[in-house]
Amino acid sequence: MDAEQEQQDTASAAAGSGTAQDAAQAVASDVAGVGGGGFSRRAVIGWAGAGVALGAAGVGSVAAATRQDDPAPGAPAAVGGDVPFYGEHQSGIATPVQDRLHFAAFDVSASATRESLARMLKEWTRAAAAMTGGREVGSGAASGLPEAPPDDTGEALGLPASRLTLTIGFGPTLFDKDGTDRFGLKAKRPEALIDLPRFKGDNLDPQRSGGDLCVQACADDPQVAVHAIRNLARIGMGTVNIRWSQLGFGKTSSTTPDAQTPRNMMGFKDGTRNIAGSDTARLARDVWVAPGEGPEWMTGGSYLVARRIRMHVETWDRTSLKEQEDVFGRTKGEGAAYGRTREHDDPDLAAMPADAHVRLAHPDSNGGRMILRRGFSFTDGTDGLGRLDAGLFFLAYQRDSRTGFVPLQQRLAASDALNEYIQHVGSAHFACPAGIRKPGEWWGQALFG
Amino acid sequence: MSARRSTAAMLLTLAVASAALAGCSQKKDDKASSDAVKVNATDTACEVSKTTFPAGHVVLDIANKGSKTTEVYVYAEGDKIVTERENIGPGTKASITAEIKAGSYEIACKPGMVGDGIRQKVTVTGGEGSAAAADPRLTAAVGAYRTYAQEQADATIPAVEAFAAAVRGGDVEKAKSLFAPSRTGWERTEPVAEGFGDVDPKTDTREDGLEPGQEWTGWHRLEKSLWADAKIGDEEKKLADQLVADLKDWQKKIPEAEITATGMANGAKELLDEVATGKVTGEEDRYSHTDLADFAANVEGAKKAYELLKPVAAEKDAELAKTLDAEFTALEGLLAKYKQADASYTSYDKVTEAERKTFSDAVNALAEPLSKLAAAVSPK
Repeated sequence: MDAEQEQQDTASAAAGSGTAQDAAQAVASDVAGVGGGGFSRRAVIGWAGAGVALGAAGVGSVAAATRQDDPAPGAPAAVGGDVPFYGEHQSGIATPVQDRLHFAAFDVSASATRESLARMLKEWTRAAAAMTGGREVGSGAASGLPEAPPDDTGEALGLPASRLTLTIGFGPTLFDKDGTDRFGLKAKRPEALIDLPRFKGDNLDPQRSGGDLCVQACADDPQVAVHAIRNLARIGMGTVNIRWSQLGFGKTSSTTPDAQTPRNMMGFKDGTRNIAGSDTARLARDVWVAPGEGPEWMTGGSYLVARRIRMHVETWDRTSLKEQEDVFGRTKGEGAAYGRTREHDDPDLAAMPADAHVRLAHPDSNGGRMILRRGFSFTDGTDGLGRLDAGLFFLAYQRDSRTGFVPLQQRLAASDALNEYIQHVGSAHFACPAGIRKPGEWWGQALFG
Repeated sequence: MSARRSTAAMLLTLAVASAALAGCSQKKDDKASSDAVKVNATDTACEVSKTTFPAGHVVLDIANKGSKTTEVYVYAEGDKIVTERENIGPGTKASITAEIKAGSYEIACKPGMVGDGIRQKVTVTGGEGSAAAADPRLTAAVGAYRTYAQEQADATIPAVEAFAAAVRGGDVEKAKSLFAPSRTGWERTEPVAEGFGDVDPKTDTREDGLEPGQEWTGWHRLEKSLWADAKIGDEEKKLADQLVADLKDWQKKIPEAEITATGMANGAKELLDEVATGKVTGEEDRYSHTDLADFAANVEGAKKAYELLKPVAAEKDAELAKTLDAEFTALEGLLAKYKQADASYTSYDKVTEAERKTFSDAVNALAEPLSKLAAAVSPK
């Protein structure tokens, strides 16, 4: 198998849906010629809109050329399909980003034991395999004994799998909570699973931060994502309880090589430069934990940082267009970097104000380091002062948060012009283990086993 | 939970439960719909294919041939709901199964799902139904639970009379101290108490649960006077007397309560649901903040029902019984931390949000497996 073929196969496995595979193959012949530049053209397919996240920067000229040359394949067919649950890595990380998110952080109950937790994780795995396959949990929503509540809550009956992915992570407190080794896991805590440092400007709400476990549910249908979290929470009752959760939206074209990058709640295209789910080389370099890096159970896994970033949209909305563009270092209409004409033109960082967001966040300003972002916009109604409670629910996956998110955020927290308009109000860090390779294995098996 | 809705829910539970006890799931197939009572519902009529049928396992095959969504009820005397089915759309069919004892009943169709409905009298003939098929241990459990419900009602009367006497005497502080204890027996057996549809709205309705035009009486009306207004007038004295009278009425009715094993199991779960929706939030006793006293009584009542059913449940689902034992212990342990030397509980306004979350998690941890108890005591 040549490198290209191998890359392609892995990409298909990671992306899962047949359409993504087709899309990848459709441009495979183009890739060979340009793929050596550090990121393949295929990378762009399915990933064009992947980053709503802050901390993004422009995409290279190779990608820009790809976009202009290749017509969009019929990506909408991907909606409703299912993403394989089993694989080397957990789905929901390199998988092309779905439209909707329901993210939940759980705490383990005081009465739970290592055994009850392991038992629940086995049940969760079974339920997750069923739900991501578009099937009902247990005996279903409308069968079973008439005098007992159904196993499945039922609100996803009749809906397709909607590319549902469920991704599990383990938080620092699962291993060590105030010095207590509750489940005998302390020795297995990865060094990379640090307690995140306090960043300048953080105003963290403990009720929107932390958690012993997390589950990220992504789907193209919000009802499918909510259904998945609700059923897992129900199965977990008594063993775990929801500490906080977040709904997200804002991915509208993630699997299509659309010329448009989705806009964030500030109206800007942000996150055009991201790690592609099909770019196995880049994923291996920046996202997946390699053998021997920390405990064995994390090999093939990734570290997830979740940040709830509130945007002060009212003050932003009365800021002049010039200042808005200065803050990002991009034009608002086209989304081109300063001094360039097209959104995907390689940015000239020196042409931007020193504190422009794109300039500070760009890999070139960060030693080439990249993180994989799959953030979502959120709007949770209004706060008690009538202000829109909106912003970005930032999700970033990386091989090691100490070299990924932390230095990047330290840099942004120190001098990003955007800080005047945003505030980090929630924060959490999780270790997401490798994928479930086959039926019978369960989430956390390598950790608890 | 609104008093009226929970009444219907409870009785539905009881009816389904008795069907389950008789092993209806096995009979369903061979006893096809030829025996079924056909109900033709239209916007103006409620036709029943037979008005006399034998006691036992009864199937109602309903066809809504009207233009409005309808619902069908079977009422025993005094409008006690034996079984019901809501939301039967125009042009659709539905089937209800229930275990019905000999007696006089009314079948009601409610086009548009409003009002008393179009009613048809029916007679159910014959003897024992098929309750005889039940596990004798469950029959014993039902008997013991009825005794428990009676004891709780009997013990409530002197407690509520003492409370009423304090109100009559104009002693606000004393009345306040007797308020929560007067509710214990009621809260322990609330699903049974709510089964009598006319008592609960008079005694245990909260201000926001009032229907338009409904006069507000009962515990929570007096609670507001004592805590929010800190005064006792002639009206309050009259209300206290009425509360005693209404609860004596309840006490007398316990022997006629329909109680089944699965009804007990679901009733236990409903007690926890009451806690989960009303008490954990502090809505129930919003003036007195005595929510934890009600909370504890609900848990005690649920525990009693569970303990009585446990011999059968543990045989059928040992893991479930183990879980329930552990979760009851955990929740009781949590409540015990809030119990004062004088046996009263910490005022709920002193319980922090974080502590309430802990309570909520503990209630969910118990109520979720408790919802499986009914299945574990029903012969399948």
